[in-house]
Amino acid sequence: MKKLLQSDWVSRLLDGLLPVFATLAALLVGAVMLLFLKVNPIEAYLSLWDGAFGSANSLAETLVKATPLLLVALGICISFRGNVINIGGEGQMIVGAILATWVGLKFTNLPGWVIIPAAMLTGFLGGAIWGGIPGFLKAYFSVNEILSTVMMNAIAVQLMNFLLRGPMIDPAQAELASKIPQTARLIEAFRLARFVPTRLHLGVLIAVILAILVYILLWRTTIGYRIRAVGHNPHAAKYAGINVKRYIVLSLLLSGAFAGLAGAIQVYGVNYRMITDGSASGFTGSAGFNGIVAALFGQLHPILSIPASILFGALLVGANKMQRVVQVPSALVIALNGLVVVFVVSSEIWRRRRQRQRLAAVREEETASKPGQVQVAEKEAKG
Amino acid sequence: MISDLFSVTVLIGILASGIRLATPYLYAAVGETFSQRSGVLNLGVEGQMLLGAFAAFYVALTTGNLWLGMLAAMIVGAVMGLAMAYVTVNLQAQQGISGIGFYLFGLGMSDLLFQKLMGTVETVKGFPRIYIPGLSDIPVLGEIFFNHNLLVYLAYLLVPVAWFVLNKTTLGLKIRAVGENPDAADSLGVNVARVRYFTIILGGTLSGIAGASLSIALLNVFQQNMTSGQGFIAVALVYFGAWRPVGVLGGALLFSMVNSLQLWMQVKNVPIPPDIAVMLPYVLTILVLVVTVSRVRAPSALTKPFEREE
Repeated sequence: MKKLLQSDWVSRLLDGLLPVFATLAALLVGAVMLLFLKVNPIEAYLSLWDGAFGSANSLAETLVKATPLLLVALGICISFRGNVINIGGEGQMIVGAILATWVGLKFTNLPGWVIIPAAMLTGFLGGAIWGGIPGFLKAYFSVNEILSTVMMNAIAVQLMNFLLRGPMIDPAQAELASKIPQTARLIEAFRLARFVPTRLHLGVLIAVILAILVYILLWRTTIGYRIRAVGHNPHAAKYAGINVKRYIVLSLLLSGAFAGLAGAIQVYGVNYRMITDGSASGFTGSAGFNGIVAALFGQLHPILSIPASILFGALLVGANKMQRVVQVPSALVIALNGLVVVFVVSSEIWRRRRQRQRLAAVREEETASKPGQVQVAEKEAKG
Repeated sequence: MISDLFSVTVLIGILASGIRLATPYLYAAVGETFSQRSGVLNLGVEGQMLLGAFAAFYVALTTGNLWLGMLAAMIVGAVMGLAMAYVTVNLQAQQGISGIGFYLFGLGMSDLLFQKLMGTVETVKGFPRIYIPGLSDIPVLGEIFFNHNLLVYLAYLLVPVAWFVLNKTTLGLKIRAVGENPDAADSLGVNVARVRYFTIILGGTLSGIAGASLSIALLNVFQQNMTSGQGFIAVALVYFGAWRPVGVLGGALLFSMVNSLQLWMQVKNVPIPPDIAVMLPYVLTILVLVVTVSRVRAPSALTKPFEREE
């Protein structure tokens, strides 16, 4: 019995460490690639570490980068737990940001304590709409959500480019020939508070609080239980009387909403305007994709997603330094993130195997203990 | 303006470039058809295309030999396919998410190599247009159909070949059996893992060629993220085409015609904002998925890993 418990403990620990092993494996493959490009991988990774954690300011930058990752990751935790694959974080961030920016630019005569919450809410709603559409199409027309969310990303980018070059363009840019696609700046009263002198803003706190709320939602409420039930086994959920279609829509809608909020916070906390280079990542910094990586790394758990987001935020900040110091393009980090995803989902097989072993062991224990119980009962009866 | 769009020369231009633009979709989507018919959803197509495009371009640029470029793209695609096959067949990883991982890898890696090995955008002399005596001289039709480079013709040739392989050969029968009912196929002695390895590697190779068709035949440049979602659209086209090569051809043509129309509208200054026009093909894809997917049944074992009962 004791031996069983011990091995159980070790195997659970190994399960928990799988993402760490996966990341180390990705870094190792990355090191080999760097060697082929005649770059010293140790030097590259050291400069990456230094860039991410080397000073108070770089640490603050890491947290700034981690914020949208965490928010997107929270949404991913919800949808993936509901077995709905949301790849549309980029588009949902963009649409959330567009609506939130519009609120801030339109109602300049209202006080900040009205506009900031209102903008966060419209960002949330914008993302919810952009995630809800593919959710609806999946639930009622069985359209593959992976494809539809990718298409919704492309549509959102064009919408952003159209608006930022046209109706929403910064009046100052409209007069210039360059016409950089950006909106006017938000007035000072509407900006999220900062921990000066760094760029660390209130959004970090919002994201962490929401991580706790998402944990409560998923494991302490009926809605969360149903989302997970649908994700675990839609047929069983249906027999249990759960409206499966409605929960598919809900999980994608909520997932999109958190990405939308990430977009709004990016505008109100970091840039104070919406700006792009014409591509999705020009605005989002690919947080819509990297958030998926962080969520997978955090084992689709909202609380574990916090350190996971910090790690991947650090990779992004460190990559900039690495680019400056050892001339390794920051694109390396995108490739590494891809490898982390592949390795994490591949390592799941060991977790499943150990789970099966644990189940088998428990069953054996049960059958083994029964005769013993009978004997004890017999002895007691005799005594 | 709009009336300009309906002159004969413009219409010929729209049709001819529509036929050309379908090329990468055809390679990638036919390859994806094979892997999906065997039960594997490969979402890494976009990443395979990007790395294939870079490999083809870089090798063609440095050696001056387009065929070596093609070969490089095929090898890179095949290796990516091999990795995907190992992950989805042996390790039974979630196909959708691992595909996104391969996409991110291809996206980052092609960009990294481009910046490290080239640095600036360069051009190559790609596959030339082939003049077919007689056919190319036919007025109108000759310009639309017989005024393209080799890779365009091969892409269209691939469709009947794929149809033949899938429907008229033992190999095709095995692929379909593995995608519909792997347990039954296995009990009849078909090696499920081997069939899936074959289709995923074939799909990767064709995705590599799809990338090469962009970088050394159609556009003749390499840029970061130059595929801009075409690999994902190719996956959508497989659904649209109901997992049949001919259906995929129809989808690819419809899609590239809309794209071509959109490009010509920009050239002719039709008063629609270009950003909105670029949106059209994506909106169309979603609409088309809504109309088709609920009518057609996917291969039963699609996205389900196969585990042999011991």
